[in-house]
Amino acid sequence: EKEELIEEWQPEPLVSPVSKDHPALNYNIVSGPPSHAIVVNGKECINFASFNFLGLLDNPRVKAAALASLKKYGVGTCGPRGFYGTFDVHLDLEDRLAKFMKTEEAIIYSYGFATIASAIPAYSKRGDIVFVDKAACFAIQKGLQASRSDIKLFKHNDMADLERLLKEQEVEDQKNPRKARVTRRFIVVEGLYMNTGTICPLPELVKLKYKYKARIFLEESLSFGVLGDHGRGVTEHYGISIDDIDLISANMENSLASVGGFCCGRSFVIDHQRLSGQGYCFSASLPPLLAAAAIEALNIMEENPGIFAVLKEKCKRIHKALQGISGLKLVGESFSPAFHLQLEDSTGSREKDVKLLQEIVNQCMDRSIALTQARYLEEEEKCLPPPSIRVVVTVEQTEEELEKAASVIKEVAQEVLL
Amino acid sequence: MRFPSAGAGSSILIHRVTQNGGLYKRPFNEAFEETPMLVAVLTYVGYGVLTLFGYLRDFLRHWRIEKCHHATEREEQKDFVSLYQDFENFYTRNLYMRIRDNWNRPICSVPGAKVDIMERQSDDYNWSFRYTGNIIKGVINMGSYNYLGFARNTGSCQEAAAKVLEEYGVGVCSTRQEIGNLDKHEELEKLVARFLGVEAAMAYGMGFATNSMNIPALVGKGCLILSDELNHASLVLGARLSGATIRIFKHNNMQSLEKLLKDAIVYGQPRTRRPWKKILILVEGIYSMEGSIVRLPEVIALKKKYKAYLYLDEAHSIGALGPTGRGVVEYFGLDPEDVDIMMGTFTKSFGASGGYIGGKKELIDYLRTHSHSAVYATSLSPPVVEQIITSMKCIMGLDGTSLGKECVQQLAENTRYFRRRLKEMGFIIYGNEDSPVVPLMLYMPAKIGAFGREMLKRNIGVVVVGFPATPIIESRARFCLSAAHTKEILDTTLKEIDEVGDLLQLKYSRHRLVPLLDRPFDETTYEETED
Repeated sequence: EKEELIEEWQPEPLVSPVSKDHPALNYNIVSGPPSHAIVVNGKECINFASFNFLGLLDNPRVKAAALASLKKYGVGTCGPRGFYGTFDVHLDLEDRLAKFMKTEEAIIYSYGFATIASAIPAYSKRGDIVFVDKAACFAIQKGLQASRSDIKLFKHNDMADLERLLKEQEVEDQKNPRKARVTRRFIVVEGLYMNTGTICPLPELVKLKYKYKARIFLEESLSFGVLGDHGRGVTEHYGISIDDIDLISANMENSLASVGGFCCGRSFVIDHQRLSGQGYCFSASLPPLLAAAAIEALNIMEENPGIFAVLKEKCKRIHKALQGISGLKLVGESFSPAFHLQLEDSTGSREKDVKLLQEIVNQCMDRSIALTQARYLEEEEKCLPPPSIRVVVTVEQTEEELEKAASVIKEVAQEVLL
Repeated sequence: MRFPSAGAGSSILIHRVTQNGGLYKRPFNEAFEETPMLVAVLTYVGYGVLTLFGYLRDFLRHWRIEKCHHATEREEQKDFVSLYQDFENFYTRNLYMRIRDNWNRPICSVPGAKVDIMERQSDDYNWSFRYTGNIIKGVINMGSYNYLGFARNTGSCQEAAAKVLEEYGVGVCSTRQEIGNLDKHEELEKLVARFLGVEAAMAYGMGFATNSMNIPALVGKGCLILSDELNHASLVLGARLSGATIRIFKHNNMQSLEKLLKDAIVYGQPRTRRPWKKILILVEGIYSMEGSIVRLPEVIALKKKYKAYLYLDEAHSIGALGPTGRGVVEYFGLDPEDVDIMMGTFTKSFGASGGYIGGKKELIDYLRTHSHSAVYATSLSPPVVEQIITSMKCIMGLDGTSLGKECVQQLAENTRYFRRRLKEMGFIIYGNEDSPVVPLMLYMPAKIGAFGREMLKRNIGVVVVGFPATPIIESRARFCLSAAHTKEILDTTLKEIDEVGDLLQLKYSRHRLVPLLDRPFDETTYEETED
C-alpha cells in the first residue's frame, strides 16, 4: 500500500512557468560602462537611474587605485576573513571608514545586501523585540526574518505610532518583569528611505531611545556620502552625536561606487559581528580591488567636501522642476538624490499601473533620458509600495541636462497619461 | 560488517561501493576513522579543565581582581537590557581568546601557493594585537581555496581584467532588473551554461547570498526540504528563510535519506496529512569540513524514484573534480540534466567572487523574475566578471592552450600524493581519496593552538578549526591543496607536518583496514523545524 502511495504522489512542478511578457523577464542590456552617458539597449542616454551620486563610477583616480591593487593582489581573495582572506587593504579600509565616521570600529562585508541582513540577526534573537518602520527596505526585512524576533511595524515616520507601540510594550513589561529584564529592544530605521525618499526624524528617535531603553540601528545606504556637510550621513545632517546610535550600517554601492557594505559603531557592538555575522564569517572577503577603489573614493570625498552641497543644489533644482506634472506626483524630500514619481490616480490594477509607467520609461529612453521603474518582489514584500519611476540625481549631471530631463518627463507624461 | 574494537583500539570504516547495481563507475573510497577512546577521554578532560579555568577567570574579572580587557557598554546605556548574554560569550572569552592568533592572519600578497603574512604581536595574551611592521615572506599557503591556481596577479586573466576595469570601471550602482545588467553579465551567463552543460545559468554577486536568496524563491510553506547534517550555513539560512519544513538526514547516509523520503510521501504534512507540494534535497558536492564527496549516483536514483528535486551546491567541487573540471557530476560520469538545480561559486576554483545557478531554461527564467538578488542586490563588478570569463575559458581549453587541463590534472595528482603520504605517516585523515580538502584530526584543544603556531614557525600557514564549526571533540587542521603547489612545496610541507606530528603526538591512526560493503544503517532521528 505504501508503494502505491509513492507511485501516485505527484509533486508540483519545480517552478511555475513565467509568461513571455512578464515585465521583469527581459532585462535592459547596458553595453559599456553604466556611467553618466549610458548606452541602454543600443540607445545613448543620459543616466538618471544608477545610484552613482558622487559620479565616482568613472573617476580616473578610483580606477587607477583599483588597477594598482589588481596588479598586486589579483582579483579574488580565495577565502573567508578567518582563513587567510584578510588583506591589509581590508584592514586599511575598515580603519579609514571608522575614522571618517568618527566611530571606534568598522567592519566590512563583501555584499551590500548581506550587510544589514547579517547584522540584525547577530544581535536580535528569538524573543527580542524589534520596532521597524513600514517602509523599510527588503534587506532589513530579510534580516528580521532570519533573526526570528518579534517584529512590530510602525507607520512610516510616525513617531506617535512608535511611541504608542513602545508604551504598549512597557505595559507588557510591567506584567512580567523577569522576562522584560532579558528581552532586548531594537529600533531599526533608515536614514533616507529607499522606498519613499524621505528622511527619518532622528532627534525624536534618540529621545524615544533613552526614554524606553531601546537601541537604534540606522541603515544609511542612501544617506552615506549624501547628507551632512562632510557626507557623514543623517547624524551629521541633524548634528547628533554618533555615539547615540548603536550601529550604523551602509552599503558602498551607492556613493562610494564600489561593491560591498560596512557597519560602524563602538567596538563593544561591532566586534561581536566578527564571530557571529553570518555574511562575514562564512563568506569570502571583499576582492581587494574593490576595497582599494572604496579607499580612493573616500579620499576624494574627504578632499572635496564641496560636492555634497553641489549635489544638494541639483536635487533641489530638479525637485522644483518636476513639481506640477499632470498625472505624476513626486514623492521624496527635496534634498534626496533618489526620489519616486508615482501615478496621481491609479488605474485600479497594479499591472496596468506598471505597464503605464513602463511606457513612460520607454518613451523617455527614446528621447535619451535613461530612467527605471523601482522594482519590487510583489509577493514577498511586507508592505508593498505603489509602482513608481525612480529618478536619481548625480553631481555629474549639468543644469541643461536636468532641465532637459524635467521637460522630457513632462512631455511624455502628458502624452501617455492623457 | 564491522570488526569490533579490541581494548582501547578503534576500527576504520572504509566504504567501497563498487556494487550497488553498478551505479558507481569508479571506486568510491571514503574513510572516517573512529576516535581512539583514550584520545576522546583526554579531549573531554582538556575541555573540562579549560571550562573550570574559564569560570575562575570570569569570577576574578567580576570582582575586579583581574583586569578586564574587553570593551564594555556605554555609561549612559548601562541600564538598558544587556546586549549579550554572559553565557553566549563564555566560549569566546575563555577558550577562543587563548588561541585567537591562529585566525584572521592578515596577508599582503596574492593568495597563491606562497603568501606574505603580516607579523602580529600581542602583549596582553591575544586581547589586542599590534603589527610589528615585519612581513613573513614566502609562507606556504595551505589554507586558501585556490584549487586550480587562478589566484594570480600576472597572466592572461589579470590582463583581461585590467582592460575591462579601464573600460567599465569598478562598480555598477544598480540592480540586475533595473539598469545594472551589463552585456558582460549576459556573456558570462551563456559561458557558465556551456561550461556546466545545462540550458541556462544566472550569476550573482555573492556565493553565500546565492543560496540564501534563491532557495526562498524556489520553495515555500507546504514544501519539504531534506538537508544533509553538515550543510553550509548559507544553505541552512536559505532553507530557514524559505518557510518550508526542514528535516535533516545523516551525513551522506542514503538509507537515512530514503527513510525520510518514504515517510514524507506516505504520511504527508505533519498535522494536516495533506501531501507535500514539493520535496527538495539539499546536498553539497564536497563538504569542506569533512572532505567527503556526496554519493551523487545514489542520490539521483532516489530522487528519480521518489520524484523529488535536487539542489546541488558545488562551492568546493566545481573546477576541482572531474577530468575536465566540470565538478562532481562529471566526476561520477552522470548527466547534468538529472540535477535540477546546480549551484556553485566562483570564489574557489576561478579566483574571483560570486555565485551562479544553472538548470533548465524555465528555472532560470523564473529566477530572473523572482530571485531576491536580481531585484534588490547589485550585480557583479565588471573586472570580476572578466576574471571568471577568462579563467573559465582557460579551464575549458577555449583560449587555445592546454593550461586548464594541466591544472586539473596537477590538482588530482597533488591530492592523491598528499593524502597517501599523510596516511602512511600515521595521521587520521577524513574524507574521500579524491577530495582536495584534507582534514587532519587534532582532537585536543591544546593541540589546536600548538599546531597552528608550530607550523607558522616553520613557514607554513595552515587552517585549524574547532568548535563550533566542528563537533566539540573533533577539532582538526584542514589543508586545501592547489594546482599551484609543486611537488617540492608538498614535500617540504609533508616533512614539517611529520616533525610537528611527532612533536605533538598527533599520529593517532591504527592501520586496521577492514573492507566493508556498505555503511551500516543507524536509527534515524530527524529534527523537524518549522518556522
